[in-house]
Amino acid sequence: MSDPDAPVFPLPVADTLVACHDCDMLYRKRPLREGEKARCGRCGALLYTRKPNSIERSLTLALAALILFVLANAYPLLNFQFQGRVQQSSVLSGVRELYAQGMWALAVVVFVASILAPLLKILALLYVLLPLHFGRPPWRMAPVFRWIETLHPWAMTEVYLLGVLVAFVKLSDIATIVPGVALYSFAALIVAMAATDAALEPEAIWERLETRR
Amino acid sequence: MNPALPVTAARAALARCHACHRLSRMKPLPPGSHVHCPRCGAALHLRKPDSLARAWALTLAAYILYIPANTLPIMTVVSMGHGEPDTILSGVRALIAGGLWPLALLVFFASVVVPVLKLFSLTYLLVSVQRKSRWRPRDRTVLYRITEAVGRWSMIDVFMISILVALVKLGSIATIEPGAGAMAFAAVVVITMFAAMSFDPRLIWDALENPDER
Repeated sequence: MSDPDAPVFPLPVADTLVACHDCDMLYRKRPLREGEKARCGRCGALLYTRKPNSIERSLTLALAALILFVLANAYPLLNFQFQGRVQQSSVLSGVRELYAQGMWALAVVVFVASILAPLLKILALLYVLLPLHFGRPPWRMAPVFRWIETLHPWAMTEVYLLGVLVAFVKLSDIATIVPGVALYSFAALIVAMAATDAALEPEAIWERLETRR
Repeated sequence: MNPALPVTAARAALARCHACHRLSRMKPLPPGSHVHCPRCGAALHLRKPDSLARAWALTLAAYILYIPANTLPIMTVVSMGHGEPDTILSGVRALIAGGLWPLALLVFFASVVVPVLKLFSLTYLLVSVQRKSRWRPRDRTVLYRITEAVGRWSMIDVFMISILVALVKLGSIATIEPGAGAMAFAAVVVITMFAAMSFDPRLIWDALENPDER
């Protein structure tokens, strides 16, 4: 990864200094109490935090998110009843229908934002957190953990749920709409994913990687 | 600390890794060469590469796509062989006509207000950085943070269409077809997200240092 001639060399500064990601201000790191946050004095950005039992708590919540994700995708989201006919819709059937109607680019966007990115994010978190819980970093942990941050803005579970609710209200005028199991699972999934993010302390995980080298 | 000369990581020749946030010392590099973070392997830069050029290109592309996104139908309700196209604004109007005020407000905010404000604030941030403005850097940083966080919420309409298309399939009685406007609209949202990601908020603060630097 780093060849000996590279102009970058590891220095003790890495452990003692921290730079603000929004304004580049340099700070000396200080030990925090559990639950405390360090903020940038110039622009107010969050610099680093310390969270209690970060790995165990985020691991538990990520496992819950995975179960809820399976439920949210295996069951119908909404049931549409009109003159004795019932039409079911799941997350995947929406993607499939867009694709079938020739809107493949739109199908890809919906697929990535509602299924692929959230699933990969949960799986990547489990891949990193589960071995760490048992005391050893997994194979190729750095690129996998880097991916989680890249995926984060594209996992739009909570936005998707609002889209479902708008569709629900729009159609309930003209037909009977019955919410399916997946709708409730989806709502719980959003809570589980947000709680996972809140419990996670990326700095601590990166530091574990450094001490291993 | 001397307030006239803020100690930034760049000034100390330290590059902050985009991915794992570790600081690494940067020597001047020959153009075109790359160095990688010794901890996580991500490419290291003092500032996001070509930040202004990339953000401008993506923002302009989003402006252009914003026109078809609002003029072309996002979906067509076909009922008894008769099609009724819906644009983003006519969808909001239909919600108001149906008395669904809170929902109309939500969709109006997510699909009309957010994309427009996002494009304007990106343009403003880019112009202010290029003119090396020293005006209220902290507020401009907050504006950037909001711009970056709020963009994804515009996707509500796109997701709604994917649900409606799959649900309303009643043959000759009623079907819903997605329209080209939805594609343009999704592209606006995705492209402005990339534009916000390629903008580097640290450029706002660089103007406070020596104006002849960099």
